[in-house]
Amino acid sequence: MAVAWVDIDRYERLWIVLSAAVLLALMLVLAYSIWGLDIRLIGDAGQVDPATVTQRPPFDQPGVYEEGPGKYRVVMVARAWSFQPAEVRIPAGADVTFQVTSLDVIHGFRVPYTTINQMLVPGQVSEIQYRFTEPGEHVLLCHEYCGVGHHIMEGRIIVEPAATAGR
Amino acid sequence: MNLQPPPVAEPGTGPVPGLEEIYRADSLHIRIMIYTSFVLLAIGGFFGTLQALDKFQVDLYRFLPGNLQLYYTGLTAHGVVLALLFTGTFIIGFLSLALVHGLRRPLADRGLAWATVAVALTGALALLITIFRNQATVLFTFYAPLQAHPGFYAGLVLVALATWMAALNGWVTWRAWKRDHPNERTPLMAFAALATWAMWFLASLGLAVALLVYLLPWSMGQQAQVNPLLTRALFWFTGHPLVYFWLLPAYVSWYTMLPAQVGGRLFSESLSRLVFLLFVVLATPTGLHHMYTDPGVAHGYKVLHGVMTYAVIFPSLVTAFTVVASVEEGARRRGGRGYIMWLLALPWLSNPSVAGQLLGMLIFATGGITGLINSSLNMNLIVHNTLWVVGHLHTQVAGAVTLTFMAISYWLVPLLSGRQLWGRRWAVLQVWSWFFGTAIMARGMHWMGLASTPRRTFLTHAPYADLFGEWYWGGALTAAGGVILLLSGGLFLLVMARTALGARRTEPMAVPEAQPLHHPVIIPRWLDRISPWFALGLALAAAAWVPSLWRMAVHYPQVTGFQLW
Repeated sequence: MAVAWVDIDRYERLWIVLSAAVLLALMLVLAYSIWGLDIRLIGDAGQVDPATVTQRPPFDQPGVYEEGPGKYRVVMVARAWSFQPAEVRIPAGADVTFQVTSLDVIHGFRVPYTTINQMLVPGQVSEIQYRFTEPGEHVLLCHEYCGVGHHIMEGRIIVEPAATAGR
Repeated sequence: MNLQPPPVAEPGTGPVPGLEEIYRADSLHIRIMIYTSFVLLAIGGFFGTLQALDKFQVDLYRFLPGNLQLYYTGLTAHGVVLALLFTGTFIIGFLSLALVHGLRRPLADRGLAWATVAVALTGALALLITIFRNQATVLFTFYAPLQAHPGFYAGLVLVALATWMAALNGWVTWRAWKRDHPNERTPLMAFAALATWAMWFLASLGLAVALLVYLLPWSMGQQAQVNPLLTRALFWFTGHPLVYFWLLPAYVSWYTMLPAQVGGRLFSESLSRLVFLLFVVLATPTGLHHMYTDPGVAHGYKVLHGVMTYAVIFPSLVTAFTVVASVEEGARRRGGRGYIMWLLALPWLSNPSVAGQLLGMLIFATGGITGLINSSLNMNLIVHNTLWVVGHLHTQVAGAVTLTFMAISYWLVPLLSGRQLWGRRWAVLQVWSWFFGTAIMARGMHWMGLASTPRRTFLTHAPYADLFGEWYWGGALTAAGGVILLLSGGLFLLVMARTALGARRTEPMAVPEAQPLHHPVIIPRWLDRISPWFALGLALAAAAWVPSLWRMAVHYPQVTGFQLW
């Protein structure tokens, strides 16, 4: 190693090796979480023109769609300073795909205490997968500054007991 | 051939012939930059405390006049003034002095130095005016398609230009020095300052393109639309290494000055150089970890930037050894004993400049760990855009960087102004209270962030704020820390003002400069050059960024602008 040409104290060398080893170990953990546990970040889910996106499917009719047994798609649009639909009802235990885009500026899409944590960028579609296991009510909030009304931009996700959702 | 600079005593401890004459030529323009940074610290810090109180649902904005009642105007001012202007002006002044002292010669181009001051001040004024006239309430990240007044983007261009002019002046001075000293190694202090400028120049290219090619023409109406994802990515091209641009001047002090201040010597000059050069190489291909949750950015590039962010932690880990070992050597020469107890031999309560820097390092270590968490893409899903990230940022910028800049000021301002430091005891109280203020506030922010509190949000008036009982105590700590920081910051400005206007100093002073511990100092040639490392950094940055940016620029839609404030 090239560094061996310079004056390195032996304790210093030990520290360097340990530092590199710790970072390498952390990278391996990260790699395991990506390829072993399949934790995927949001990728490319397509592009749209925000000026006309609400005239065409799927964003012309935001709402909750049952796509199969235990599979739901929630189509939403975000604009300053609301989500549409503002309230979403889905059954507990269902695999939900949120398909969201912004009509104006950059917004955020966050359901507290979950890993639903995305950016909404005008011109881009964000697709987020999640499964709510317990019935209950969740706040959906915008977590990126989007103008003076940013802090009032919120929605509700109501997770209903699986039976009442009529599956 | 080894350079043996003349021995330099601790500041204020003995005669240092000739050095004050060398500083004199550049003293005034450096002082203007440093004093300007203090005024900016006062403006930006004031809003910071109001924001901290908001996290405890205390709204003081309604007592303010006009546009200042708007939370997000103050938030924009806080970010722009502290993250860009306070840091930028202090760094221009401080790195200039480090070069002047390191090379033992005035800056090569006096006219350029004054032009730098003029450009920086004009840019700062343009930013302050547009922000406080409520024409640019876009926060310091200015994500398009939020559209600010052209004066805001022009101000940013000027401030960036001023940093480039200061870098150019350093480079020209270095070239002149090399002509006069063809066979000598560049002294470490100057080398570290130059490497910092090289890192920043490479990193700032993204911001330059974002502003000059897209945002400025768009705000002036020459382009109807803007590409929001592209300009956001270009922001983060510069936005993450911007943190290293704040940090490396603190490293310049920790490596090349602090050991001398505690009576120690620099443990390893080779590794010190390697650390600065590694930042030149590794700092820029990291920014996509700020966009882990963005649509339209490929997973693979996000992972690549995450790995590169881990890599850039390596030089900071090396720093933890080299700097602490150098300080330990000083502590032992002061009579320190034992594995741990030598720490007590350091002047924690008598030397505000030393205590401030040591406390800054302590808080920096905690921020390194939270930084690892943020850059881990799996854990990032929990903390992204929450107050956790704000807590992390404040340990690094308010903690490590600002506390170190304050600590530096305790010898820098007496040196430049020719005055005695006023109120040494107050200064010691100031650095300790700043340390605890930052620690308490950051603890509150981390706590709230783990409870999903969104950042950049006027919480007092958010309808969902009451739903989360956990936010209460985190908010209390955040607010308490914010108030402590306001008092401590006020004390800092008081000490600086009384010093700058106070009694003349009688004894001569010099920039503290650490001498090497091991002799002879053997430095291979590849650790005395910057351009090959710069080229390597440029290649890595291109590989990590260009494919993503190209795809965004060519394929992604343009949108129109909005003013939503």
